[in-house]
Amino acid sequence: MSDKERVLKFHILRYNPQIKGDVPTMKTYEVTEAPGMTIFIALNDIRENHDPSLQFDFICRAGICGSCAMIINGHPDLACRTLTSKFPDGEIKLLPLPGFELIGDLSVNTGKFMRAMSERVESWIHDNYADSVDLDRLEERMDPDVADEIYELERCVECGCCVSACATKRMRDGFLTAVGFMRLARYALDPRDKRSDEEFYEIVGDDDGVFGCMTLLGCQDYCPKDLPHQTQIAYLRRRMALVK
Amino acid sequence: MKVVYTDSLVIGGGLAGLRIAIAARQRGFDSIVLSLMPAKRSHSAAAQGGMQASLGASIKGEGDNEDVHFEDTVKGSDWGCDQDVARMFVNTAPKAIRQLCAWGVPWSRVRKGDREVVINGQKVTITEKDEAHGLITSRDFGGTKKWRTCFTSDGTGHTMLYAMDNKAIQLGIQVHERKEAIALIHEDGVCYGAIVRDLITGELIAYVAKATTIATGGYGRLYAVTTNAVISEGIGNAIALETGIAPLGNMEAVQFHPTAIVPVGILTTEGCRGDGGLLLDKDGYRFMPDYEPGKKELASRDVVSRRMTEHIRKGKGVSSRYGDHLWLDITLLGRKHIEKNLREVKEICEYFLGIDPVTEYIPVRPTQHYSMGGVRTKATGESPTMKGLFSAGEAACWDMHGFNRLGGNSVAETVVAGMIVGEYVADYCAQNPLNINTKLIEKFMDRERGKISDLVTREKGENPFALKKEMQQIMMDKVGIFRNEADLTQAVEELKVLHQRSKNIALRHKITSSNPELVEAIRVPKMIRLAQCVAYGAMLRKESRGAHAREDYPERNDRDWLKRTLTFWPDENEDLPQVKYEELDVMKMEMPPGSRGYGVDNTIHHPDTEKRVAQLEETRKNNPTADRFEMQHLLNPLDIPEKFRGKNERIGRGFK
Repeated sequence: MSDKERVLKFHILRYNPQIKGDVPTMKTYEVTEAPGMTIFIALNDIRENHDPSLQFDFICRAGICGSCAMIINGHPDLACRTLTSKFPDGEIKLLPLPGFELIGDLSVNTGKFMRAMSERVESWIHDNYADSVDLDRLEERMDPDVADEIYELERCVECGCCVSACATKRMRDGFLTAVGFMRLARYALDPRDKRSDEEFYEIVGDDDGVFGCMTLLGCQDYCPKDLPHQTQIAYLRRRMALVK
Repeated sequence: MKVVYTDSLVIGGGLAGLRIAIAARQRGFDSIVLSLMPAKRSHSAAAQGGMQASLGASIKGEGDNEDVHFEDTVKGSDWGCDQDVARMFVNTAPKAIRQLCAWGVPWSRVRKGDREVVINGQKVTITEKDEAHGLITSRDFGGTKKWRTCFTSDGTGHTMLYAMDNKAIQLGIQVHERKEAIALIHEDGVCYGAIVRDLITGELIAYVAKATTIATGGYGRLYAVTTNAVISEGIGNAIALETGIAPLGNMEAVQFHPTAIVPVGILTTEGCRGDGGLLLDKDGYRFMPDYEPGKKELASRDVVSRRMTEHIRKGKGVSSRYGDHLWLDITLLGRKHIEKNLREVKEICEYFLGIDPVTEYIPVRPTQHYSMGGVRTKATGESPTMKGLFSAGEAACWDMHGFNRLGGNSVAETVVAGMIVGEYVADYCAQNPLNINTKLIEKFMDRERGKISDLVTREKGENPFALKKEMQQIMMDKVGIFRNEADLTQAVEELKVLHQRSKNIALRHKITSSNPELVEAIRVPKMIRLAQCVAYGAMLRKESRGAHAREDYPERNDRDWLKRTLTFWPDENEDLPQVKYEELDVMKMEMPPGSRGYGVDNTIHHPDTEKRVAQLEETRKNNPTADRFEMQHLLNPLDIPEKFRGKNERIGRGFK
């Protein structure tokens, strides 16, 4: 790395719907790059030193919580773990994640969307006995491989990158999207969930569900956790097609 | 005036808060959770390593039980914890983990047969028993006698939080997102809810409730470098403090984790060392066995962090533009293990350091990590001095951690305290009809509205971001891992000045709706008060205990300091909190103060310790046939809530 400091140019969409008459505009901010600088560090620098009204969301700043997804030079990604050194020309354009309600600037309401998704796929173990388990006794056994496979599908952090990268969602507002399919697949794999395929079909067996997917697979391309969206959508689709 | 009524108001949507809301809901009470963000983004998700519960299914956990977990926890706390609470905790942890299992956490399981592990730098083959196959497995962590830390690959906190939030959704519990509680509503020592600011519209809303629970996590962001999430600013603690009535406990007890990456302070889990990773110095030399021949890298966190700092001070650190650091070597664990059980660590190394930990060492140094202090509560989770105010998880000083928390005991606390305190919250809701005059609500509403109005109308004044930076630097430089009178006195004085300056904050962006600068302006004076509690408490405590290490008072002094610090802030015009102390009664301890078995033992003993040891010996001698449960009851007859009293089953041992 060269010791010469670069001046980065951040082009950021600014719009606060809470202010009457405000219109969306692109604004440019200059930030002196520091070694190991991430977009998290740079945005805080802008807020503290240039414009205290700039809105964005970070929580863990370690790529774990999924708060900070945004469009970075045209691609959805987690801003906290994106190093500025990745951009050779020092020009970084930031837009809020599309497909979600805008709160302001780079902040979007993923929470509302994800809660609705969880309610729609009934994102919990369906077992009438789950609340009457005797907690003093040995837990129910699970094959170690099955536990690992469930975890593989549960690594989703609800960041919303897949939703923003989904062309079907753009055309069909009620489309469940990959985050919902992944959640459903996770429960369909879990032996503790007693739902039948017929019951899963009720949730995803239509065009707003797994049959509506145009298989453009932006979800697969942009998932920051590299979840197997393509495989799971194909698998769910086949499994649902077999439901009579 | 907008008022929302509920039975149980929970401030904070992490594991502890959600579990309490669930408990109240399951007992038939309405429950609302307030969260700064979607609940699934809470800092609980960042707990990579695991949850301690003495299930003892893995071969290396054989022989584990509540008693061993209790001993480890009390030693870890350096005898600063409340032993009744620790007892209740160890007994309930296996139940909590089994409940989460029923609710969907895909805990990693025991696989029968041989597997290769790394112990003390050597590859060793261990053989898991056939009959344990498919039960929840566990890994090694610091300060524990047995392999007790249950986990889900490398995403324990994530899977626990998702299961918990999904359970809350199933029960229809409303999580009001992007809402910040900025003051508690109270009168005559009773809490009635909170004044809450909507972070999008800026609207102030009164949430009025029978029971109010603070579950807002720790206060790591008082420090410039911390492993904590950016929302771990202690605001829940601060609003309790600002009542002037509810005390905070042991605020000076701040834990530094040995292995956060340099410079950004992101955590690499204790699982790295638990699974066999080593600490190396600039010469590639493994130094921990020289300092801690017994537990080596796996002594408790406070001890390892101090040993690392000592070693760096000897000139053995690796120098970098960000200061000296040491190396964490996990290369010996191999690619397969790292990519499965330490994948989060690998991702963090790749993204933030640009290195591959399969082949390269990780630059680490001790970094602020955990707040043992918090809202002081009774064993029920209720404030000792304010009725209807509860607290749980990292935000609370329920006090099972004393002056140092063991790895894996924090997520365990969140769900166990959530279960136990949740029942007491429900009891409180059942027994206390809400009786509040709207005048009282208005009084608090007007007060908070007035403060915000002052902030947005003041023409010239202090910059809240700058004040916060100064505070964080004072805490880093003067209230850190090693402490002394001169630095602490200076920190207290400098914070006094900051506290004064924080009364004169002015905004550049003068709007009351969605406004990050206003959020900061509301929080920073609160944070400075908390910092003052930490610094002042540390200055007054003239001993070393657990994570509180005084260079000028290196002894653990049970004679004078076996007591809990309580800080109150009754007068907001004062620059210092009032400090009182709560004695720990040696004559009631199941485990009287002794040696931890790691670290330096230079204790100044309490006059009662010998007496108590003799008394316990006597009881043991007089009851030769008592089993461990009867004995425990004889040593410390304890009133564990009925629901959680049952004995826990273990493979190969039944309920013994």
